[in-house]
Amino acid sequence: MNVHHPHELRRRAWGAYVALGLLMGMLIIGFFRIQVIQGEEAKLKAETNRVRSLPVPAPRGTIYDRNGEIIADNVPGYQVTILPAPVDEVRATLRRMQEYMHLSDERIERVVRTLQAYGREVVVETDADYAAIAALEERRADFPGVYVEMRPRRRYMLGDAAGHLTGYVGEINQDELDSGSFPDSIYEAGMIVGKIGIELEYESVLQGRQGVRHVEFDARGRIVGAFGGAPQVAAEPGRDLHLNIDMELQRWIRRVFPDSMSGAVVALDPTDGAVLALYSAPGYDPNLFTGGIDELTWAALNSDERKPLYHRAVVGRYAPASTWKLASAGIALDLGVITPDEVMPEPCEGAYFFGDRFFHCWDREGHGFNNLAEAIANSCDIYFYQMAERIGLSRLLERSNDIGFAGQCGIDLPQESSGLFPQDENFWRERYGYRPRLGEALNLIIGQGPNSQTPLKMAQFYVALARNGRAPAPTIAQGAPVVDGWELDLDAHHIASLQEGLRQVTQPGGTAHVRTALEHWEVIGKTGTGQNPLSVRGLAEDHAWFAGMAGPIGELPEIVVVALVEYGESGGQVAAPIVAKAADFYLRTQHNMPIDTIQTYWDHISTGPMPPWYRMRFPSAFRPLDGAEGENRLLDVRQRRPGQ
Amino acid sequence: MIRLFERWALDSQLVLWIVGLTLFGLAMIYSAGQVNVPNVVTEFAWFRQARWFVIALVAFTVLSRIPLRWIEWAAVPSYVVSVVLLALTLVIGEGRGTAQGVRSFINLGFFSFQPEEVAKLSTVLALAHLLSQKEAGLHSLRELIAPGMLVAVPLVLVLGQPDLGTAMAFVGILFAMLYWAATPVWLLLLVASPVVGLFVSYNTVLWSMFIVTVVGFLVLLRYRLSLFESVAVVLTNFATATIARPLWDSLAEYQQNRILVYLDPEVDPRGAGYQVIQSKLAIGSGAFEGRGFTLGPQKRFDFLPEQHTDFIFAVVGEEFGFIGTTLAVVAFTFVLARLVRMASHMSESQAFAGLVLLGIFGLWLVHVFVNIGMTIGIVPITGIPLPFLSYGGTFLLMSWVAVAIAVRVAHEEP
Repeated sequence: MNVHHPHELRRRAWGAYVALGLLMGMLIIGFFRIQVIQGEEAKLKAETNRVRSLPVPAPRGTIYDRNGEIIADNVPGYQVTILPAPVDEVRATLRRMQEYMHLSDERIERVVRTLQAYGREVVVETDADYAAIAALEERRADFPGVYVEMRPRRRYMLGDAAGHLTGYVGEINQDELDSGSFPDSIYEAGMIVGKIGIELEYESVLQGRQGVRHVEFDARGRIVGAFGGAPQVAAEPGRDLHLNIDMELQRWIRRVFPDSMSGAVVALDPTDGAVLALYSAPGYDPNLFTGGIDELTWAALNSDERKPLYHRAVVGRYAPASTWKLASAGIALDLGVITPDEVMPEPCEGAYFFGDRFFHCWDREGHGFNNLAEAIANSCDIYFYQMAERIGLSRLLERSNDIGFAGQCGIDLPQESSGLFPQDENFWRERYGYRPRLGEALNLIIGQGPNSQTPLKMAQFYVALARNGRAPAPTIAQGAPVVDGWELDLDAHHIASLQEGLRQVTQPGGTAHVRTALEHWEVIGKTGTGQNPLSVRGLAEDHAWFAGMAGPIGELPEIVVVALVEYGESGGQVAAPIVAKAADFYLRTQHNMPIDTIQTYWDHISTGPMPPWYRMRFPSAFRPLDGAEGENRLLDVRQRRPGQ
Repeated sequence: MIRLFERWALDSQLVLWIVGLTLFGLAMIYSAGQVNVPNVVTEFAWFRQARWFVIALVAFTVLSRIPLRWIEWAAVPSYVVSVVLLALTLVIGEGRGTAQGVRSFINLGFFSFQPEEVAKLSTVLALAHLLSQKEAGLHSLRELIAPGMLVAVPLVLVLGQPDLGTAMAFVGILFAMLYWAATPVWLLLLVASPVVGLFVSYNTVLWSMFIVTVVGFLVLLRYRLSLFESVAVVLTNFATATIARPLWDSLAEYQQNRILVYLDPEVDPRGAGYQVIQSKLAIGSGAFEGRGFTLGPQKRFDFLPEQHTDFIFAVVGEEFGFIGTTLAVVAFTFVLARLVRMASHMSESQAFAGLVLLGIFGLWLVHVFVNIGMTIGIVPITGIPLPFLSYGGTFLLMSWVAVAIAVRVAHEEP
C-alpha cells in the first residue's frame, strides 16, 4: 500500500476529519449540556458564589444606673473576619496579619480549627485598633478573604469597680449553643453574648436581633458592594436595662476598700431591698473581655492567688460570727421567748456551765447582767447561750431555715451561693454520726458551728432589722421579678431595742465608734470576727465583718451596708470604716450635701485636729473617766476593749 | 485588495480564520483584564499581546516567503538545537506569570522565551523529514522505533519541567504524523495500549479485561506482527501496569490532585477542584446568549482562575454563551480541517509537506481539545494554552510561525 496513493490519501483524510469531528462534537455537546441545559441553574449558583449574607450585629442594650448614668454602653469597634479558604492559605494570611495586629499563634490555630469545623466566616478579632485596620485596608491584596466591618463594642464605665456585677460579654461558644439557654431562633455562632453577671442574667433583654445584609464578594474575599437582589434585614438593637445600682456609690466603695485586702461590700436600700452597690475585691476589669480576652491576661486572672474572678459578695461564704447574733435575737423575739427589756437570769461571768462542760464568753472577764440591747452591744455570749436554751435546737433550725440561711436570697444574678446551715437535726447524724443536743444550739446562736453565709445574705438579713422585720429579696435591676422574701414578727419596740444594741457598738465606748462616727449620719451595726481554716490554725487573721445601717440622726436607716474583709482581723477597725464611708457618701448624695473625702472621726483626727462637730454629736465621750483626761481619753476610746 | 491578501496569505482561507481567531483572542484578553479590582498585569495584557501579534505577522510574512527546501534543510538542525535548549531549561529554566511551577522559560536578560514552543515545531519538521524518507509506510513495531525515539526525547525533557500539557502535544504530533505516514491503525492502537493500560491499572479487574483484549488482538494479527514484537507489546503493558503505582507517587502533588479532581471536582472544591468548578460555573452561567462582552460577573469578581491565559475560554463561555463557544469551536474545526484538506492535496513528491501539515494538525488538535475540554471538566487540567486566544508572546509567535510553515509547505508547486 502506497502512502500517497490518491485513494489511500483520501481515506486517511476522511479518518482525520472524522476524528476531528468527534472531538469537536464532544466539546460542543459539553457546552450544550453546561450552558443550555444547566445554564439557568449555573446562573443562580454563580450568584450565590459571590453573594454572601453576612450578619449585622445588633447593638446590646445600654445598662443605666438608678440615676440614669451609663454603666455599660457600646462604642464602634472594628471587627476583622476571614472567609473560608484552604487551611494553609488562611494560616499564611493570618501570619501576615500578625505584623499589624496582636494575634497569637494559638488564636490563629483556633481560627483555623473553627473554619475547618464550620466552613463559614470566622471572626479573627472583634476589636482591632484603628492603626491595624488602616494597615489591613491598605494592603488588601495581601489579605485575601479578610474583611473589616464596624461592630458595636461593649464598654464598661465602672471598670474593675463593678466587674463582678456587670459581668462581661464574649463570643458564644458551642457549649452555650448546645445548652438550650440560647435558642437557635436568635443565636448563632459568632454572636456576642453575656457570659456572666448582669450581662448574662439579662441576656434576653440586652441582646437584640441581628440583621442580615447581602454583600457581593470577589474571589479574594474583597467586598465589592451591597447586593440588591435580596432584602436586607435591619438589626434590632437590644433593650436598655436600668439598675438599682448607684454607680457613684459603687465607685466610692472601690475607692475606700483597702487596696491590699480582699473582701466584699453589699449595700441595700432597706425600703425595697434594691441593691445599691455590690462590690467584690479584688475586682477585674470587664473591658478586658470585650473582643476576647487574650490568653496571657486570662491566665494571669486565673492564677492570681487573690482570685479576682471570685465574686465574694454573692458566691463567697464566710462564718458570720457575731453578726449572726442579731439573727438569733430576731428569731427569739419573733418566737416570743424573750422580751427586749428582760435580763437573763445568769449573769455573765466569762463562762457558762451547760450540759457537761463550760461554754465561754469571748470576754473571760464577763459582762454581768445584760438586757437584749446590752447583750448585743457587748456581744455577750452568755446571754445568747441562755436564749438558745429557751429556743431549743429544732425551733432554731426551723426558723433559721424559714429565713433562708440554708438557701439563696434570690438576687438577679446567674450565680449565687446558698448559705450553709443545718436544715434539720439529721445534719449531725449524717455528717458526724451523732444525735445533736442543745449544745449545738449554743454554738449556732453565737454564729459559730456549721454556718457560712454570703455577705449578700447577711445584708438581706440586716434589711429586716432596719425597718419592720421584712426582708425583700435583693434586686439589681429595676422592675426585676419579685422573689418572695420573708418576715420576722417584730414590733416597733423590738426593732428599737435591736437597733439600740447596734447603736451602742458605734457609740463612744463601742468597738466600732471612732471609725464609724460621722458628722451628719448615725451609723449603727455589729462587728464580727469570722474564723476561717487558716485563722483556726493561727496561720492568718480572722475575717472581719461589719454589718450595719445608717440614716439621718434619729431617723430610720436609709441604707444597709455589710462589709467583709478577708483576714481583716478586726471588724471595728477594718470593716466598719468601709461601711461608714459608703453610707456617708450615699446619704450625702441623697440629701444633696457636698462630698468630703475625710469622712469619719478617725479620718479627721488622723489627718488633723478634732473636728468641732464631734463634741456636739457625742457629748458622752467627754464624761470624765478615771485616770484619763482630755485628748488622751479620746484616743483611749479606740484602745478599750468592747463592752468595758 | 482581495487578491493582495490572497498573495500575502498564500492560503487565504486558513489565514483568514486564524486572523479572525487572533483578533477574537485579543478582544477576550482585553475583556479578561476588565475586572472589578484591576491589576496592572492583566489590565494591559491585551496591549502586549497586540504587540506580539504585529511581530507574529511580520514573522509570518517573512517565513512564508522562504523556499521549502530551506525549511526541509533546517528541520534536523533546528530539532537538535531545540532539544539542547529544552535540556537547558531543566538546568536554568524559570517559571513565569501564571506558570510559576513549571520551569519552561529561558531568560536571556532582555527577553525570555519557552524553548518548548520552538521544539514542538522543529519536532514536526524533523519527524516529517524522517517519515518522508519511508516511502512504503510503516508496518511493524520495529519501524516505529526511530520516529518514536525522535519524539520521545523532547517529550521526556518537557515532562521533566514538568509540563504534562506540552508532553501531550508531542504525543498528538507523533500519532497524527504516523497516521498520515500510512501506519496501520491497529499498529497505532497497539502502541497506544500501554498508555491506556496505565490508566486502567488502578483497577485490577478492569486491567485484566484490558490485557486479555490486547492479547486477543495480537492473536488476530499474528501474521502481521513478529512474535518478538507481540511479546514486546505484552511485556510493555505488564511493565506499565507495574510502574503505574510508583509513577503515580512520583507525580507532584498538584498533578495528582488535578487527576483526582478531574474524576470528581468536589473532592477539593477550595483547592485543586476550584478552577474546574469556577470555570464550569462561569461558562454555565453564560447560558445560551452570554452575559455580554466584558460583562461576565464571575470574571469581573476574579472567580475565574488564570482567565487571560489557560482559562481564556471560560471568559468566552461566560460572555458569549453557547453561541460564542460553538462558533469558536467551529472556527477551530475549520482551521484544523483546512490543514487536513491542504495535506490531502499534496502529491507523492510532497510527502514532507503533507506530514508537516498533519503534524501541525496533531499539535493544534491536542491544544484545542485539551484546553477547551478542561474548562468544562471533560479533560483533566493541564497547563496548556489555547492557540491564538490565550495570552502568551512566544506561544502566539510560534503559532503564527506554524501558520507560515503550513501555508509555505502547502503552497510549493510540485
